[in-house]
Amino acid sequence: MKVRMALTVNGESRDVLAPVHKTLLEVLREDLGLTGTKHGCELGECGTCTVLVDGEPVLSCLALPIAIEGRQITTVEGMAEGGKLHPLQQAFAELGAAQCGYCTPGILLTAQALLDETPTPTRDEIKEALAGNLCRCTGYTKILDAVELASMRMGARK
Amino acid sequence: MNKHEFTVIGRPLPKIDAWAKVVGETRYADDLVMARMAHGKLLRSTHPHALIKLIDTSRARALPGVYAVITGADLPRVKFGILPVSQDEEALCNERVRMVGDAVAAVAAQDEYGDGPNVHKNVALQFGDVEAAFARADLVREDVFFYEGNTHLPMEQHAAVAQWGADGKLTLWSSTQTPHYVHRLLAKILDVPPAHIRVIATPVGGGFGGKLDPFAHEIAACKLSQLTGRPVKITLTREEVFYVHRGRHPVLMWLKTGFTRDGEITGSHIKTWLDGGAYGSYGVASTFYTGVINPVTYKMPVYKFEGARVFTNKPPCGPKRGHGTPQPRFALEVQIDKAAEQLGLDPAEMRRRIVCEPFTKTANHLTVTTIGLGECIDKVVEASGWRDKWRGWQPPARRRGPKRRGVGVACSAYMTGAGTAIYWNSMPHSGVVLRADRSGGVSVLCGATDIGQGSDSILAYLPAEVLGLDPKDVHVHPADTTLTPVDLGSYSSRVTLMCGMAAIQAAERLRAVMSRAVARKLEVAAERLVFRDRKVGVPDDWEKAVPFSQAVELAEAMHGVLAFPGSYAPPKRAGKYKGGGVGPSPCYSYSACVVELTVDEETGEVELHDVWIGHDIGRALNPLLVEGQVEGSVYMGIGEALMEAQVFRKGLHKHPSLLEYKSPTTLETPEIHTILIETDDPEGPFGAKEAGQGPLLPVLPAIANAVYNAVGVRVDEVPIVPEKILKGLELKRQGKTPRVGPERIPLFKFKEPLVVESAFGQPADAIAVRPFADQDTSR
Repeated sequence: MKVRMALTVNGESRDVLAPVHKTLLEVLREDLGLTGTKHGCELGECGTCTVLVDGEPVLSCLALPIAIEGRQITTVEGMAEGGKLHPLQQAFAELGAAQCGYCTPGILLTAQALLDETPTPTRDEIKEALAGNLCRCTGYTKILDAVELASMRMGARK
Repeated sequence: MNKHEFTVIGRPLPKIDAWAKVVGETRYADDLVMARMAHGKLLRSTHPHALIKLIDTSRARALPGVYAVITGADLPRVKFGILPVSQDEEALCNERVRMVGDAVAAVAAQDEYGDGPNVHKNVALQFGDVEAAFARADLVREDVFFYEGNTHLPMEQHAAVAQWGADGKLTLWSSTQTPHYVHRLLAKILDVPPAHIRVIATPVGGGFGGKLDPFAHEIAACKLSQLTGRPVKITLTREEVFYVHRGRHPVLMWLKTGFTRDGEITGSHIKTWLDGGAYGSYGVASTFYTGVINPVTYKMPVYKFEGARVFTNKPPCGPKRGHGTPQPRFALEVQIDKAAEQLGLDPAEMRRRIVCEPFTKTANHLTVTTIGLGECIDKVVEASGWRDKWRGWQPPARRRGPKRRGVGVACSAYMTGAGTAIYWNSMPHSGVVLRADRSGGVSVLCGATDIGQGSDSILAYLPAEVLGLDPKDVHVHPADTTLTPVDLGSYSSRVTLMCGMAAIQAAERLRAVMSRAVARKLEVAAERLVFRDRKVGVPDDWEKAVPFSQAVELAEAMHGVLAFPGSYAPPKRAGKYKGGGVGPSPCYSYSACVVELTVDEETGEVELHDVWIGHDIGRALNPLLVEGQVEGSVYMGIGEALMEAQVFRKGLHKHPSLLEYKSPTTLETPEIHTILIETDDPEGPFGAKEAGQGPLLPVLPAIANAVYNAVGVRVDEVPIVPEKILKGLELKRQGKTPRVGPERIPLFKFKEPLVVESAFGQPADAIAVRPFADQDTSR
C-alpha cells in the first residue's frame, strides 16, 4: 500500500507517494532521482549508502522514510552550498581520494558528520569514524589525508 | 625531453572526473533511468551440478506485471567465453548447471550428478636443464605452498541496461572493464550483426578484474529488451556478485629452487595446480601466469614450469589484480627467505645481489627493459630502518607479554600490458582519435575504460603535454564502441601505456600539421616552434606566438578538418615456442616491500604497523594517481594475506556477504609509505610503466616473512589467519617444525614438457619495432 510521506531532503520539502516498506535508499534514488547515494549490499554492511539524518550518519538501505518524516535528510547532492563545494569535496578531488568514486558519497557524509562534531580529529579518530565505510580502491590513505586537509582548511577559515 | 621541461606530466593534478565524483553526478550503470524501463532478474541454480529436465515458465508468465520470461531455449544455441579456446558458457543454461549461481529461468526437475576429475589446461615448459642446475647448487629447497581463492569485491554491484530500439539496433550500457570484447561476444551470442550493436561502458565502480567477462545478466537484459520493446535494467545483488566471481584462483604450488652459497639462483622448477571453478573464463591465461612471470625478477638462468587447471563445481575463477602471478610470487619470495636463513644471508641484501640485468632476456624468452628494483630495495631498506629492525636469523628474543614485533621483505615484477590480444589479430591494441576544435579545445575519443585508475585523466594529460594545453582544455570521450576506436580493455595494466602511446601519437600528428600552418604565418621553420601556455611560437620571439585556437584555425584552413588517429600495438617479442605469447610485455614494473607488524602469541592476531613500498614506475605521469594505485594494491594484498577467502561447502559459498567476507577497513589498514622510483623506460609514454597491479604482489610474502621474523612460525599458505599462527606456535612448543601449510601434492601427470633452450642473459634491443609507430617522431 502506498503512503504519502513528507520528507525534508537537502533543505527542501519533498512529498513522496511510495509503498511504506520502500527503503530510504530506494526512495532517494528512484522517487527523488538522487542517484548520488549508492548501494553496495542493501544489507547494512558496507556503508556505501550512508546519508545524514539530523547530522547523524544513517545507512539509507536500512532506514524507512516514514520513520524520519520531518527530520533533516542530507545526501551528497546537498553538501555543496550553491556552486561552492564543501571543503571535504574539494579536498577529496584534489588529493585523489576518489578513485572509482563509488564509495565516495557515503564516506564524504560520514566524514562531514565527524567534522561537525569533532572539527580537528586525530588520524585515529578519523579511522574510527570511517571504519564502517568500505573502500576497495584507495587503501584509505588518500581518504584520511583528505579529511585531515579539509579539517585544517575549515579550522583556518573560522 | 627532460623532466623539468614538462608542464603537465609529473604534477599531482586532480583527476578530470574527480569533481563529478565528489558531488554525486557521475552516472554509474545502475544510476541510468529510461522511460518505460523494465527491471530484469535472473533465476539462478541452487545446485552445484545438475541436469535440467524441464523449465516451466507458465506460472511466472501469468503473473501480473511480467512482460517476458526467457530460458536458454529463447537464445541462439551458441556457447561463449572470453578466450577463444574456452567457449564453454551459456547465458542461461540449457541442459546442465555446473555451479550454484548458474543462471537458468525455472528448474522443474533435476538430478544430482557427478563425474571424475576434469582437467581444463595442462601445460609444461622447460628452459634449460634444471636437474643439472640443482646439481650445481650449494642448497636446493623444495617447498609446498597454498594460496586460497578470494574475490574482487568491487563496491559497485554489476549492472547493465539494454535498449533494443525499434530500428533493430541494440545499445548496452554496462559496468564492464572491456566493452570491446563484450561487443564482439554479444554479436556471436545474440546472432546480431556487430554493426548493429553499441556497447557503452559506464564509469565502473571498481573492477579489479571482476568485470572483464561477458555476463549472463548483460545478455539476458538484451534479449528481454528485444522481446518487451522496453529498456531493461538488471543489477546484481551482492550475493550474485560473489557467485559470478572470476576472482583469484586457489593454487597449490610445489617449488624447487637451487641456490649458491652467495644466494644466487642456479635454477627453479615450479608446479602449480589451479582450482578453476565451473567455466574456462580467463583460466588458460591464468594457468600460464602462474608460471611465466617469476623469472622476470631475479637472475634465473634455468627454469621449468608445469601447471594444470581443474574444473570444479564452483563459481569460475579468472583474472583478479595480479592475474595468476601473486600465487607463485608468494611461493618464491617465502622460499627465498627460507634459503637466506639457511645460507645466513640478509634477505634484503641477498635479493639486491640477484636482481635481473636490464635490457636482457629471461630464461623463458621474455625481454626486460629498465629495472629499478635495486633502487626500490635500497629505498625501502633505508626508509623502514631495516638494518636496525631486522635482528638476523637468531630466534626471537624472549620478552615479557604476548606481543612480538617482526619485519619482513619481499620483491616482485609485473607486466605493463599483455603483448598479445585475447583473440589473434594484427590490429592496434589501443586507438585514439583526436580532434582539434576552433574553440581551442581538443576532443579525445578512445575505447579505454576508466575503472577508477584514472585512464580518462591520462587521456587528457598526455595530449595537453604535447600540445601545450591545460588538461581542462581536453575533452575525453571514452569506452563507446560506436564512437571510439578500440581499446582492448582495462586489464593486464595495459591502459596507461597503450592508450597513452596512441594519444601521444595522435597529438604529435596534430602538432605537426599545426606547426606547418603557424610556420607559414610567422615565416619561421616549423622545427623551431614550441607549444606551451596555449600558444604556438618561437621561444626567443614569444610575443609573436599565436594563440592555440588561432593556430587551429590556420591549420584547419590549410589542412581541412583536424582529426588525427593514434594507434598502438606492443612490440612483437613473443618467444618462438608454443605458449610464448603469454608473458611478453612492453616493459615490467618492479616493487620492493618491507612490512613491520606485531603478532600476539596468545590470540594469533597480526597487527600491521607500517608498509614501505618502493615501486619502479618508469615515470610518474601524475604522482598522486600512481600513489593511489600503489596504496590500493598494498591494501588489497593485505586483505588477501590476512583475511580474504572465497570458500565453499558443498558448492555453496560459505559467506557471500560483505559482513562475513572479511576485508580490511580503515582500522586494519596500516600506514603505507610509497616511494616511487623513475627509470624512464623507452617503451612507455614519457617513460611510464604500470602501477595498478604489481605493488600488490610483494605484500603477501613480506607479511609471511615478517610473521616468521616475529614468532618463528612459517605459515606457507594464505590467508594467514590467527588459528594458523596458533597452530604453528603449538607445534613449536611440542618441539616440532613450526610450519603450517600444505603437506602433500597430488599424484598428477603433467604433459611432457616442451623443451626450449634458455634465453637467459641474451641482450634485448633497447627499443623494439612497434607495428604502428611513426618512423620519425619529434619526441
